[in-house]
Amino acid sequence: MLTTWFLIVAFMLVVYVILDGFDIGAGIAHYYVGRNEKEREAVISSIGPVWDGNEVWLLAAGGTLYFAFPVLYSASFSGFYLPLIMVLWLLIIRATGIELRHQLDNEMWVGFWDFAFSMASVLLAIFFGAALGNVIRGVPLNEEGYFFAPLWTTFSIGDNPGILDWFTVLSGVVAFVALTVHGAAYLAVKTEGEMLRRARRLVGVGWFALIVVTILSLIAVLFVRDGILENYRQNVIGWLIPVVVIASLGGIKYFNHIRNDKASFLSSCAFLASMLGGAAFAIFPDVLPAIDPRFSLNIENASAGSYGLSVGLVWWSIGIIGAIGYFVFLFKTFKGKVKVGESAH
Amino acid sequence: MDDAEILHRIQFAFTVTYHYLFPMLTMGLAPLIVYFKYIAVRKGSEKHNIAARFWAKIFGITFVFGVVTGIPLEFQFGTNWAAFSRFAGGVIGQTLAMEGTFAFFLESAFVGLFLFGEKRLGQKLHLLAAVLVCIGTWLSGYFIIATDAWMQYPVGYEIMPNGMVQLTSFWALLFNEWAIYQYLHNMGGAFVVGSFAVTALGAFYVLSRKQIEFGKLFLRTGVIAGVIGSIWMLFPSGDLQGRMVAKHQPPTLAAMEGVLKTEKGAPIVLIGQPDIENKKIDNAVSIPRVLSFITARRWDAEVKGLDSFPEDQRPDNIGLIYYSFHIMVGLGTIFIAVMALAAFALWRGWLYNARWLLWILLLSFPFPFIANTAGWIVAEVGRQPWLVYGLMRTEDGYSPMVGSGNVLFTLLGFLGMYTILSLLYIFLMLRRIEHGPAELDAELATE
Repeated sequence: MLTTWFLIVAFMLVVYVILDGFDIGAGIAHYYVGRNEKEREAVISSIGPVWDGNEVWLLAAGGTLYFAFPVLYSASFSGFYLPLIMVLWLLIIRATGIELRHQLDNEMWVGFWDFAFSMASVLLAIFFGAALGNVIRGVPLNEEGYFFAPLWTTFSIGDNPGILDWFTVLSGVVAFVALTVHGAAYLAVKTEGEMLRRARRLVGVGWFALIVVTILSLIAVLFVRDGILENYRQNVIGWLIPVVVIASLGGIKYFNHIRNDKASFLSSCAFLASMLGGAAFAIFPDVLPAIDPRFSLNIENASAGSYGLSVGLVWWSIGIIGAIGYFVFLFKTFKGKVKVGESAH
Repeated sequence: MDDAEILHRIQFAFTVTYHYLFPMLTMGLAPLIVYFKYIAVRKGSEKHNIAARFWAKIFGITFVFGVVTGIPLEFQFGTNWAAFSRFAGGVIGQTLAMEGTFAFFLESAFVGLFLFGEKRLGQKLHLLAAVLVCIGTWLSGYFIIATDAWMQYPVGYEIMPNGMVQLTSFWALLFNEWAIYQYLHNMGGAFVVGSFAVTALGAFYVLSRKQIEFGKLFLRTGVIAGVIGSIWMLFPSGDLQGRMVAKHQPPTLAAMEGVLKTEKGAPIVLIGQPDIENKKIDNAVSIPRVLSFITARRWDAEVKGLDSFPEDQRPDNIGLIYYSFHIMVGLGTIFIAVMALAAFALWRGWLYNARWLLWILLLSFPFPFIANTAGWIVAEVGRQPWLVYGLMRTEDGYSPMVGSGNVLFTLLGFLGMYTILSLLYIFLMLRRIEHGPAELDAELATE
């Protein structure tokens, strides 16, 4: 039961990263793919009807995490107080950028919101990556199961790390590069002409950067956490995950090269899923490792009561089938290329 | 109360109050948009279709503001109220997660389809999208009310050895009697907000002699909805909700009604300023014995005053509860009077020419927002000093490791950010209203 809920929460987070990842990525690639006001409008139109639904996966994942592992929720959200509130502000700025940009036909207005949207997207990608880095590195939980991390201390990994240290900054960079490629791959599916060519070029260039930072981060992980490979040693099947990572990386480049943009985008989805899945597989059964391993939160000591979890399994299964249905319908309705100069609004 | 506690409370109170201004409008407008769209499809009325599109634009902007100000609330359960979340997560995690799984997915997916998909979907499916958005917003409301209801009147739980609560009955939680009555009352409140907004805009167009055809349509629809909604708020929903409070939170009822000392045949205070130290109401205008009758259905029944509860069981801000309650009820009474008069005028056929009445309808649109907010202040401040009634005190619920300096920092940030959001929202609304439904349609046609 607890393992099932661990998988469910991980699944919801992965879906969130894949879905909101492409519209955050589109925001990062905004100025590169969209060179003028009309092209940037096309970038916004490509995510216009879906970004809000994508972001709801964050809320739903957060709600599911709260429900299944309340101790984890209260420890991590209060411990990451400052960065999380800043994430909220960035989400607000980004959303207003997307929704308000087209409300006024004025160059300065549009330019301002373009910048707000893109800047917030860049910072969100870095913040989310750093957050994942914190979970992998471990946080200074005390015996009551709380911690409070300052934004930074000495940028080194010790007993009193900040949210930002060299490792979590590196994780932030990995997320930034990965979502750039992901967003560019999405824009390649949704655009045509000159924009399509630029999106493909960004996937190609970003891919090299992605290889470099992925390798760096995987090496870094081995130094940051002892025993990070323990689960992989015990379960050989876990090695399938790095195989998928490598295959999907190859897929992004290969399909981008042969101009099969959809397959390239799907490869990027598989890359994100396998990277996150690999991290989840490594820390299991912990859900929030502590610097002092005695205080780590795991699926046992962080979970809700078993009656509630079994009831939840029933309604969650029903609800998620519905949700997947709506999203398939939503994406089908808005499939196809967006045209420059043709507003969705 | 230490520094950190008061700041955590102010930040949550501020962000939740601000947030709820938007959903009360979207939840109120959603059924009216469905109505416009339904008439458009059923009778092929292009005017109703344009009206639906116009209100969908207003809905869409408001919805986005509701989403972006709503995400902070779900985060703040953990960031600011970690001890509460750990204690209560095993129960209210259910309703919050169900809101995400059943309501948010539904509304966010179909709001995209509803706002951008009319051409791709065709008329019938577009109507269906409107209905599903409406259901999504109203479901979302139910799960939030069920969460709040458990904090007001906890049911279906047990306390585990480690001090956390766990769920013992899913159905008790979901169909908590408090949740049902509060939902009926709250959704009525949202409907009043929506109907007053539609009415006010109708009055504006008729008064300014612009888009008069749409003005009249909005007036007709809004007034009929408004009269139904306003009466519903008093009876039965307000009466039922009041009896819930009397049954489960007697100290709160005493604070609401300004019953400072226990008495038989208690009067109902309409206006007056409570003097809590001397246990009397200054400048009171009251009706003898009515409070006894309302609460117990007997004219000489004893009503428990605040003095009959130990100090540590009494709400910590009696004045605020008293005034909020009286503002809510006073405004609600005025709403019924105004809407009944407008409905009468509509029936007799002189509404569109009665400029004085149209002015009243135009200027009354902010007041349902105030009445709803006041009602929520009664509910949430009235629950104090409890975070979960009878189980956890507010002073034990906030995040132990988050210091007051950090909370002040984020509170100031929210104040600044929401000030800017307010300016943007007002600006965008005024522009939409200025352009009006007819021009909106011309705009859409050229795209």
